[in-house]
Formats: sequence, C-alpha cells, structure tokens
Amino acid sequence: MVGIVVVSHSQKIAEGAVELAKQMAAEARIAAAGGMEDGSIGTDVSKILAGIEAVDQGDGVVILVDLGSAVMSSEMAIEMREGGSQVKIIDTPIVEGTIFGSVEASIGSSFDEVVEVLASAKAYKKF
Amino acid sequence: MATKAEVLDFIRVYADKMAEHRQELTDFDQAIGDGDHGINMSRGFKAVMEKLPTFEEKNIDDILKAVGMTLVSTVGGASGPLYGTAFMKAGAAVKGKVELSDQDVILAFEEAVGGIQFRGKAVQGEKTILDSMIPAINAIKTSITAGKSMTDALVDAEAAAWDGVEYTKTIIATKGRASYLGERSIGHQDPGATSMAYAFQAAKEVALKAGN
Repeated sequence: MVGIVVVSHSQKIAEGAVELAKQMAAEARIAAAGGMEDGSIGTDVSKILAGIEAVDQGDGVVILVDLGSAVMSSEMAIEMREGGSQVKIIDTPIVEGTIFGSVEASIGSSFDEVVEVLASAKAYKKF
Repeated sequence: MATKAEVLDFIRVYADKMAEHRQELTDFDQAIGDGDHGINMSRGFKAVMEKLPTFEEKNIDDILKAVGMTLVSTVGGASGPLYGTAFMKAGAAVKGKVELSDQDVILAFEEAVGGIQFRGKAVQGEKTILDSMIPAINAIKTSITAGKSMTDALVDAEAAAWDGVEYTKTIIATKGRASYLGERSIGHQDPGATSMAYAFQAAKEVALKAGN
C-alpha cells in the first residue's frame, strides 16, 4: 500500500488531518510529521524521515506539505534516506489531499494513481 | 588559513551571536515574516552547543556536517534546511582536511552558498540570506586574489554582508513568507540576510583573535 506522510508546521494540523483521513480509510498507512520534537511550531527533518520509514511498505510514499520549510525539510529527508521505495512531495491542499490520498491508497491503487488523485485534489470544487 | 580550533571557535561565537541577537532577528521577522527567525536560530544553535562535546573531537568536515544535521532537526523554520544544507555542503567540500587553506575556506563558502541556492531555489536580489552571503563571499575572493590576509578578507566580507543587508531594505521579497506582503516588504531588512551577516562577523572576530 502507498504510504502517506503529512508534514505541517503544526503537530495538531498533521495529526488532525490523519485523524480525519483514518475515519474514511482506517487501514491506510499515514504518518503525521508535524511540528518539532517538543511539539512547538516548525518542521523537523528527522521527524519526516521517521514518518517515511514508518509508512513505506515498498509501494512508494507521498508527502503532503503545508508551506515554506515543510517543502525544504521534506526534500532533505528524501535526500538523506538510504534505500526504500520512491518518495514524492505533492503540491496539493494538505487536509483534502490527506483524505483523498488515504482513500485511494487504501483501495490498493498504485503510486502513480495516488499521485494523480492528489494532484487533482488541487482543483476539487467544494461547492 | 583556518585550524580546527578556529572552526570550533567560529561555531561557538556564532551560537553566542544567535542567542544575543535573538530578539532583534525575531523583531525583523515579525515585520515581514512569521516572527520566529531569532527564536529558531537561537534554538538551533543552542542544540548545536549542547551536542558539540559529542563531535568536537572529529575532523573539520564531520564537525560541519554534524552542525548541519543538528540545525535541520532543531531550527524548525526555513532557516533550518537552508543553514543546515550550508554547513553540510561546507563540510563535504573540505573532506579529510585537518587544516583549511585560504582556498579551502573559499571553497567551503562557495559550496555553502551553492547549497542554499539549491535548497531555497533563490537567486540574489530576492531579499534572502543570499543578499548578504553572495557579496560577502565575493569580497573574500577579491581580497584574497589581491593578496590580502584571510583576516583582512573577512573584514571586507563582513562590510559587504552588511551592505547587502542594507540593500535588502530597498527590494521586494519574492521568496518565503515575506513574499506574501509584496511591496509592503520594502523598507524592512531581511532577517535571513541579517543572521548571515552575523556569520561573517563571527568569522572575522575569530580570525582577528587568531591573528591570521
């Protein structure tokens, strides 16, 4: 199953997005990598790296980010990683993306299919 | 030239400066960003100082890499990956060196700035760290080529860095949080360019003390 890592400056946002997604896709492999080790606001390369390792089952991992250093820290985590399956950062709304991606991944879709669904989440109309 | 003791001294002096200027950097960032630059940098370098005893016996390249690794996991904001990459790239550039020649120092700075450009996908003139760092490195190269000592070159570098900081007051931010403000960012100095200028100030002070 494709893994998902949610990277936000806020631990609560990352955990909240995961909580919402789990409601629809309880079996999805999702890791919340929000905030710093002490829970303060920020992004932490080690935490993201641990998140990738935790959800990687060999089918690829997608990373959803909020903004700014979330992107740079995620890039660094990918560069520092040794081995493992493919990892990609996706430019998509973090909450909606986590939900759509988790549902898609949980039905056994391929890495490319999950990436496509996440990319389309950016254009999703709410009303 | 720079010895390992001077590299360690630079890290300590710079860490002190980040603690000393914590509020000032945060105030600059509050004006045009998310108001955490001083808090983040001082937190990162506090962690570096705490971990320093575990790696200060290592080679210069491993010391610089360890500083970078610590920063990326403790700073929290964009300056973590940016300064972290800079230290890691500088370390990789001087692999196996027990002592740094002037050319090694220049190479380390060039690799560091290359790392920041790669990581931040920025160029000079976008109101970032680069606006003090690039002029400072150019000043070092010009001064060393002209036959000056590294200490004198670092004096020139610090001056160029502060000129760069002044220049950031005149331009619009197009990278980072400050870019959301557009023209309202004019008139404010960039916090990242400022914290980088303190790095050259720290390097200069260490060189002056060592008398190179």
